[in-house]
Amino acid sequence: MSRPAHRRPEYHKINKDLFVLTYGALVAQLCKDYEKDEDVNKYLDNMGYGIGTRLVEDFLARSCVRRCHSYSEITDIIAQVAFKMYLGITPSVICNNSSRNEFSLILDKNPLVEFVEELPAGRSSLCYCNLLCGIIRGALEMVHLAADVTFLQDRLKGDSVTEIGITFLKKQDEKKHRRKK
Amino acid sequence: MADEALFLLLHNEMVSGVYKSTEQGEVENGRCITKLENMGFRVGQGLIERFTKDTARFKDELDIMKFICKDFWTTVFKKQIDNLRTNHQYLAFTCGLIRGGLSNLGIKSIVTAEVSSMPACKFQVMIQKL
Repeated sequence: MSRPAHRRPEYHKINKDLFVLTYGALVAQLCKDYEKDEDVNKYLDNMGYGIGTRLVEDFLARSCVRRCHSYSEITDIIAQVAFKMYLGITPSVICNNSSRNEFSLILDKNPLVEFVEELPAGRSSLCYCNLLCGIIRGALEMVHLAADVTFLQDRLKGDSVTEIGITFLKKQDEKKHRRKK
Repeated sequence: MADEALFLLLHNEMVSGVYKSTEQGEVENGRCITKLENMGFRVGQGLIERFTKDTARFKDELDIMKFICKDFWTTVFKKQIDNLRTNHQYLAFTCGLIRGGLSNLGIKSIVTAEVSSMPACKFQVMIQKL
């Protein structure tokens, strides 16, 4: 029996502005609902977590990434494949420590803040893009990797770059193969 | 262009987030739907501004409606909408989107949605004459 010819299913695209503006409307609504920046940040992180746990399935189905053998490889894939696929950008990756479990993603361009000039008054601790941290954390957890993901620097807060820090928490088991990310 | 998966998941989370964080009373009197609709409204306003920057003036209301139904819709969603859930909560954002788009084109309206025969969804636009 012959196999059907392999056809890439057409993945639907939407207008990028729709996503960026929707995210902005969401953050604006959260700022109305919560007085403290920490509460908004936490909400965005949790929401991102929920998205990440589902997004990873979509990612794995579409990206055909090979099995990873190190945190460094995983971080490279997040930056070069995942970010590219979903947001059209490729952050650069830096390893921050010698035990090679702490990394930074440096975002040169960030489409989420395209229409944001500055943080609203009285919201200086707001991590506008905290959804991204939650997404990464949720996605990693679905492939059995625990990580802390936070913003280390933020251009919106006056820093020179926007930097997301990923700290992998469990020691990698050398004997077993890791599931692909 | 962005990926549909990201928007759909964000929309899902927004809907469940709005419902999770509200009181029972608010769910009953439709506060949640309003919140979602208002977010859609804001986004619709922003989108229509960007899309019509270089467009010629619209002749009349019918012209505007045609634009919304064809150009606006397909530019935003890149295809016919065919996979929105039927719950009102999932349609609220989209109703707001349409209302926001019309608003910035000078039309005040009320937009509601109804699903009578799947997968078709009917959006009803009631234009309010001032």
